[in-house]
Amino acid sequence: MDDIVLLVDFGSTYTKVIAVDLDKEEVLSRAQSPSTVQDNMLIGLQNALKKLTMRERQIDDATIKRSRKLACSSAAGGLRLIAIGLVPELTLEAARRAALGAGAKLVGSYAHELNDDDIHKIEQVPCDIVLLSGGTDGGNKDVIRHNARVLATSGLNVPFVVAGNRVVNGEVKRLLESNGKYVEVTENVLPELDKLNVEPARSCIREIFMRRIVHAKGLDKAQEYIGEIIMPTPMATLKAAQLLADGSGSEPGLGELMVVEVGGATTNIHSVAKGYSGACAVVKGLPEPYAKRTVEGDLGIRYNAATIVNIVGEQRVSCNIPGKLDCASLDLVGFTSYLSKNVGFVPANEQDFLIDLGLARCAVEVAVERHAGIVKEMWTPHEVVNVQYGKDLTQLRTLVGTGGIFAYNPRSEKVLEAALFDASKPFSLKPKSPDLYIDRRYILYGMGLLSALDPVIALRLAKKYLVKMQPSHCLNQGTGSQPT
Amino acid sequence: MPTETAEKKTIVLGTIGCDAHIVGATILAHALREAGFNVIHLGAIVSQEEFVNAAKETAADAICVSSVYGMGLLDCEGFKEKLVEAGLGHVKLYIGGLLTATELTWEETERRFKKLGFDRVYPPGTMPDRPIADLKKDLAAKTGRSSK
Repeated sequence: MDDIVLLVDFGSTYTKVIAVDLDKEEVLSRAQSPSTVQDNMLIGLQNALKKLTMRERQIDDATIKRSRKLACSSAAGGLRLIAIGLVPELTLEAARRAALGAGAKLVGSYAHELNDDDIHKIEQVPCDIVLLSGGTDGGNKDVIRHNARVLATSGLNVPFVVAGNRVVNGEVKRLLESNGKYVEVTENVLPELDKLNVEPARSCIREIFMRRIVHAKGLDKAQEYIGEIIMPTPMATLKAAQLLADGSGSEPGLGELMVVEVGGATTNIHSVAKGYSGACAVVKGLPEPYAKRTVEGDLGIRYNAATIVNIVGEQRVSCNIPGKLDCASLDLVGFTSYLSKNVGFVPANEQDFLIDLGLARCAVEVAVERHAGIVKEMWTPHEVVNVQYGKDLTQLRTLVGTGGIFAYNPRSEKVLEAALFDASKPFSLKPKSPDLYIDRRYILYGMGLLSALDPVIALRLAKKYLVKMQPSHCLNQGTGSQPT
Repeated sequence: MPTETAEKKTIVLGTIGCDAHIVGATILAHALREAGFNVIHLGAIVSQEEFVNAAKETAADAICVSSVYGMGLLDCEGFKEKLVEAGLGHVKLYIGGLLTATELTWEETERRFKKLGFDRVYPPGTMPDRPIADLKKDLAAKTGRSSK
């Protein structure tokens, strides 16, 4: 009997399923169907399950029933989180990194003492969880105390994760609970200024997601059928990236890497790398998490297609469209604003595919630039000193692309090339000459899910199905990033 | 019961501006830790803003600035004002090193740094025990501020 595992993603637009045969270590099929968020998520899931095939035949109900199932969700807005800290560059930034690493979507970031306006804004924004930090251990107590007090009396009725100065943990918890708030206390995201500690907050957020938020989002019925929804979808991709980099047991990984994920609304960059300086630099700023996820909420090739043109300009989008498209006659502004309003748009002809490539290239170029570290030259009276902020990713050997465009666009390696080091911007520490891999089957997040069950097979499958691009493809024919 | 970390006085330390000469500050960091202080060593090339942010987040009691490359006066202009603006006017501010590259007398050098808002100014060759003794005295004398 086949040992089949079904990997489910309840997305806000589509419910996606991947069927994997664990014995034969192969991906059997992948299917999707529109999510039924309004009614009952189970309907969309069952529609998707009906489309699954095994050796060109539909997988029967009995097999589906018998199969083990693992699920993640980004439905109903995903896991929306508000991060609160003291200094924007310190505890707030640490809290933001913890949240992003937990697969959350940041819907607000606040530093220093919250005022009435802030509280009013926080009350208005749809949000699932608040991450409250502030002060290193033994450091500032006043601000987190103040913020707990004003949040306690606010109309906000969501779980709070407290990850601030541990000296006032008890007090902060009491303040919030005295007004009926649900509170989980965990370790400080920044216990010392040079020690980032995001894991405890990440797992605490995930716990709350599993135990409380899944219910609040009408996924109960689906959960009865499928078992526990074990993580928010973005966390699954980060898990897959980490597995792929580090390996599992005797199965070796690919080493330090970066995963680029282009979506309709956001572009997400995951780096699993220490990011130590290769350039003998003085390293500044908050310590970087080894597995780091950044989300660019203004870069996506559907909802944010028009925003991409706003950010980089029409000219640069045109330059990033590969091939011989007559860009002069293109109405990029008109077309992208159409895309923003028709987010289900599927490219139908060569021109559509090329414009998608151009938009995705721009999104990736900017997103990786924001994710990667920078090096600055500082002139001292004696010598020039290199100062590095963020991760040095120039030496990475592996770069992976995942997301719809990498599955459907035949020339998507062009998109990955936009993530490479650009000789005209030598201070941005992007990867210089990594091997390029494409997640053609769009299964990477599924392997992150599967890693909860069998990390070794998940890793083997990820390695098996990633398509390595030949070096000849790596030559950049557009403008902008040129591998060196 | 206050915890151990809460009882310890917190000192933020680093070399200011573009100064990469870290040895003096590092020796002082060791000595301060041995003397029982909680030391936040920011390392080399620390901007005024980084000192301010670090002091705010850690509720520092004092900031020790090291400057060895002669640009101290320029680098420290407006520093005290930023601390005051950030609600950290009470934080003690010390500086030491090779403070000027000009031919100013020590008295004049000290006068200028005090004018910039520094509580203590140390000439070249100062051993760590001197600022440590001063810190103990100054921080013991500090009263009233409940916030930490």
